[in-house]
Amino acid sequence: MSAGTVKLKIDNIEVNVPEGTMILEAARANGVVIPTLCDVEGLTAYGGCRMCMVEIHGSPKLFASCVTPVSTGMEIVTQSDKLKEYRKMALQFILSERSHICSVCVANNSCELQKLANELGVDHVQFEREWTSFPVDSTHDFLVLDRNRCILCTRCVRVCDEIEGVHTLDLKLRGKDEQVIVDLDDQWGESTSCTSCRKCAKVCPVGAIYVEGEALSETKDKNVAKFVLSRRNR
Amino acid sequence: MKLADLQKIAEHEVDFQRAYKHRINVCCSSGCVPFGALKVLKAFEDAVKEFSVEKDCKVAKTGCVGTCSVGPAVIIEPGDYLYQSVTPERVRETVRDHIVLGLPVKDMLYHSEDFFKKQHRLVLRNAGKIDPSRIEDYIAMGGYSAIVKCLATMTPQGVIYEVTRSGLRGRGGAGFPTGQKWSLVARSHSTPKYIVANLDEGDPGVFANRTLAEADPHAILEGMLIAAYAVGAEKGYIYIRAEYPLAIQTLQKAIVQARAMTLLGDSVLETPFKFDLELRFGAGAFVAGEETAILASVEGRRAMPRPRPPYPANSGLWGKPTLIQNVETLANIPVIIQNGGEWFSKVGTTKCSGTKCFSLTGQINNPGLIEVPMGITLREVVFEIGGGIQNNRPFKAVLVGGPSGGCLPEALLDLPIDYDSLTKVGAIMGSGGIVVIDDQSCMVDTAKFFTDFCVEESCGKCVPCRAGLVKVQEIFNRITTGDGKVEDIAALDKAGNYIKEASLCGLGQTAPNPVLTTLRYFRDEYLEHIVDKKCRAGKCFRNLVKEEEVEDQ
Amino acid sequence: MPDPAKVRVATIWLSGCSGCHMSFLDQDEALIDLAQQIQLVYSPIVDIKVFPENVDVTLVEGAVANEDQQELLKFARVRTKILISLGDCAVTGNVTGLRNSLSNSPQATLTRAFIETADVNPQIPTDVPALLPKALPLHEVVKVDYYIPGCPPPAGLINWVIGRLMRGLPVNMEGRSKFG
Ligand SMILES: Cc1cc2nc3c(=O)[nH]c(=O)nc-3n(C[C@H](O)[C@H](O)[C@H](O)COP(=O)(O)O)c2cc1C
Ligand code: SF4
Ligand code: SF4
Ligand code: SF4
Ligand code: FES
Repeated sequence: MSAGTVKLKIDNIEVNVPEGTMILEAARANGVVIPTLCDVEGLTAYGGCRMCMVEIHGSPKLFASCVTPVSTGMEIVTQSDKLKEYRKMALQFILSERSHICSVCVANNSCELQKLANELGVDHVQFEREWTSFPVDSTHDFLVLDRNRCILCTRCVRVCDEIEGVHTLDLKLRGKDEQVIVDLDDQWGESTSCTSCRKCAKVCPVGAIYVEGEALSETKDKNVAKFVLSRRNR
Repeated sequence: MKLADLQKIAEHEVDFQRAYKHRINVCCSSGCVPFGALKVLKAFEDAVKEFSVEKDCKVAKTGCVGTCSVGPAVIIEPGDYLYQSVTPERVRETVRDHIVLGLPVKDMLYHSEDFFKKQHRLVLRNAGKIDPSRIEDYIAMGGYSAIVKCLATMTPQGVIYEVTRSGLRGRGGAGFPTGQKWSLVARSHSTPKYIVANLDEGDPGVFANRTLAEADPHAILEGMLIAAYAVGAEKGYIYIRAEYPLAIQTLQKAIVQARAMTLLGDSVLETPFKFDLELRFGAGAFVAGEETAILASVEGRRAMPRPRPPYPANSGLWGKPTLIQNVETLANIPVIIQNGGEWFSKVGTTKCSGTKCFSLTGQINNPGLIEVPMGITLREVVFEIGGGIQNNRPFKAVLVGGPSGGCLPEALLDLPIDYDSLTKVGAIMGSGGIVVIDDQSCMVDTAKFFTDFCVEESCGKCVPCRAGLVKVQEIFNRITTGDGKVEDIAALDKAGNYIKEASLCGLGQTAPNPVLTTLRYFRDEYLEHIVDKKCRAGKCFRNLVKEEEVEDQ
Repeated sequence: MPDPAKVRVATIWLSGCSGCHMSFLDQDEALIDLAQQIQLVYSPIVDIKVFPENVDVTLVEGAVANEDQQELLKFARVRTKILISLGDCAVTGNVTGLRNSLSNSPQATLTRAFIETADVNPQIPTDVPALLPKALPLHEVVKVDYYIPGCPPPAGLINWVIGRLMRGLPVNMEGRSKFG
C-alpha cells in the first residue's frame, strides 16, 4: 500500500482511497451511491441535510459521510433499516417545513428532493405541513427566488461565493425562519454584486431558484462547480 | 515587573489587609445590584465613618457568594458571617452591633447553614472574598503565583503533564479531558496558535460563568496565561455575551491591570513568554457558545457550527491551532498548578475529579450558585444544599443540564453527579443548570417549554434540529391542547432519537433530552394528557377550559 | 345485489379536481378485469346516496376542506377496512392546500377568493358547507392505511396497488410513487 493511501471497506467492498478523502467521495469513486441533498462536488462540504448519514462498524453513532474523512480499517455501512428510516424521516421533515407542492412547482420532475422521496418510498408525510408564506423575489430580470421551496442547503450561497466569487447570496435569521437573502437583504433586481451567472439556479436541488421561462431540466447542472474548478486548475 | 516582585506585592498586600480587624464584603455583582447592593455599600461606608471604625474596617465591593435570591449579600470577616437581604436602613444597626459591640445581628443572618456545608469551593475560591476590581486582592490570595511557578520552574510539557494528571475535564458541557486537548494543540506545528475562553453562557437560568467573571476575573486570566504557556499560544480571546455588561467591565479592567503589571504583553513578567488577549462579544444566541460557532463569530462570520473534524485544536481561528476552553475549566488551572495534579485528582471521584459549579434554581428553598465536588448525589444537592422544596411541597423532578438536560425522577436522586452517570440516565452536565420541579409543574408542559426554547435557538443549518424540532413542538402543541393521539408518544420517541443521533452540533444532539427523559420517566403524564385530556398540574388545556366556561354561561 | 365473492370498493371525491378519479378510470382494459373482482358500492360515478357498511377498500380523492367532507370521511373510515389516500390532494393537501399559506381564517380565504379577486358579481356563497380553517390531507383527520401520491396518480400505479392488496401482498412504494 502506497503512503497516503487508506484502505477501508464500504458495504463490504474493499476500497483504497487517498488519505483525507471523505467517506462520500470514497463511496462515489467506487460506485456506491449514498443519498445527498446539500453536497455538490466542487463546493465546500456543508453537512446540513443529514441524508448522507452512514454507520461505521464499532461505533453506535451515525456519521455524515460528506464531512467524515476515511481512516484505515473503517467498515462502513451505507444501507440499513435504521439508515433508511432516518433518511425517510429527514425527507419528511424537509417536505413538511415549507410549502412543497410538486404539482405546481417549476422543478416538478427535475427536483432532487422529489426524486429522493420517490426512491426511498416516502409516499406521505406523517407530520403536519407548514404552509409558509415567505417572500418570493422576482425582481431580477430572469432569476426568481421562491423561499417557500428552499430547503436551506446553501448550495446557491456556496457556489456564488466559492465559484462565482461574488457572495451575493447569504442567509439571514435562524432556525425555521432562516432565509436565503440577496446582498444585505435587498431585492435581487437591485443587486449590485450579482453577475447574473445563473450558477445558483444550476445547483439549486429544488425549485427555489429558477430561470423564468426556462424549464428547470434545462437550467440544472449540478456539475457546474466541478467543471469550473477543473478548468481553473488546468 | 519581575517574577520575584509578585511575591513582594502579595506580602505587602497581606500586611495592608491585616491592619484591618474586620472586612465587610458587600456583594455587588449582577445578582445583588438590582436589590440595591450599591446603596448598601454606600451605607456601610458611611456607617463605619459614623462609628469611627473606618480604621478597623475595610468595606469592600466584592463578587457573589452564591445566595443571589436573598441579596444583597454581605459577609463580615472574620468568621464569615453572611447577612442576607441587607437594606441600607439596617446597615447602621449592623455596624453598631456586629462591629462595635461584637454581636452579630441574628435575624439578618443567612437562613440556612446547610447551603455551604457540602460545597467545595475551588473555582469560586475567591468569590465574595476579594474585590474583583483590585488585582492586588487577587495577588494577596496567592493569585498569579501559579503562572510564576510555571514560568520559573516548569516546562510547557510539565504543565500539560500536571493538567493531564489532575483528570480535569471540560466544564463547558462535553467533558473532554483538558490535558489531552492541550497536548493536541501543543503538538500542532502550525503557528500562531490561539486560545479562546468560552464565556458565552447562553442557557437560560444559568449564571455560573458570569458570576465567576464578576467575582474573580483574574482567575480566568491566569488560567488562560498558563494554558497559553503550555500550548504555545500568543493571543487569546474571551468570547463573552454582550448581555453581561458588568462581567465585561470587570474583565476589561482586569486586563488593563494585568497589562500594567506586565502579566500580559510582549514579555510576560519580563520573560520571553508573550501573551495578550482581547474580548469578543456574542450577540446572545445559544448556539454561539458552540465551539465552532465561536470560531466563526470571532472571525467575523455568522455564528453557525461546522462539522468536526477538523477540530479546533488542529484548525481553529483562521485555520490555526486553537484551544477553546470554558472559563470554569480555566479557573481550575491555577489551583491545579499550585497544588499539583495529583492533589486535584483526589477531589471528587476517581473517574471524575474536581468540582462543578451549578446554578441551582426552581422550586427550592436555597436557590443560588453552588460549587460541589463531583460525585455528590442529586439528593444532597436538592435536599441539603438546596434546603428542599419550597413550602414543603412534594418533589417531582430535577432537570439537570440546562434547557437540553434531562428530567430525572425521585428514583434517581441518589445518582452521583458526574459526566458518565448523567449521560447514562439521559441527562447531561451541560453548563451546570439544575432546575428543581415540584408537583405544581406538568412534565409534558416542561418538555414543551424546553422544546420551544430549542426551536427558537436552532441555527437552522441541519435538518433534524431545524425542521425536526418544529415537528416535535407541533406534537406537543397538540397534546397540550387536547388533540393528542396515542401514536404521538411513539412519534415523539422516534423523532427525538433521530434528532439526537443525526444533528450536526451539540444543540440538536441534546435538544430532545427533556422530551426523551420525560417520556422515559413520566410517561403516565403523557398518557393522561392524551387519553384523559387531563393535566394533573393544571397547566395544559387552557384552550379547553375557556371553551367550557363559555358554554357554562 | 351484494356479491360475497367480490371485494366491496368505494371511492370518495373530496376537494380535488376529479383528476384522480379520471386516472382510476384510465386503467382502461384493466378495469374490465377489475370489475370481475370488485363491486363498486359507493362512488361519484354510481348513484348511491349513503356510504354503505362493510366496505373493504375505499379510495379517497381530494383534501378535507369543509365540515361536510370531514364528516363524510370520518363516517367512511368507520365503515371501511382499508382506506387509501388517492392522489396528492388527499396525501399532501396539494393545490387545495395552497390557500393554507394565505390564512387560517375561512372568512379571509372566502373574501380573498370571492370578493377581492372576483371580476363580476363579488359575493360570498352562503348555501355551502362551512370551510375548515385549513384544507387538510386525509391522515391529519383519520387513520389512513395506504397512500398513492401523484398529481394525478398514474393509472398503472393505482392498478398495481389495488392488485397487490387484493392478493394480500405487501405494498412497498419505493421507486414507484412520485409527488406531483
Ligand atoms: C449549543 C451549544 C452551546 C454551548 N454553549 C457553551 C457555553 O456557553 N459555554 C461553554 O463554555 N461551552 C459551551 N458549549 C460547549 C463548547 O462547544 C465547547 O465544548 C467548550 O467550550 C469546550 O470547553 P471545555 O472543554 O473547557 O468544556 C456549547 C455547546 C453547544 C453545542
Ligand atoms: S421543490 Fe421539489 S419537492 Fe418541492 S414542490 Fe418543487 S418539485 Fe416538489
Ligand atoms: S435556494 Fe436552492 S440552493 Fe439555495 S439554499 Fe435554497 S434550496 Fe438550496
Ligand atoms: S444541530 Fe441545530 S444548532 Fe446545531 S448545526 Fe444543526 S441546526 Fe444548527
Ligand atoms: S450531503 Fe452530507 S449532510 Fe448533506
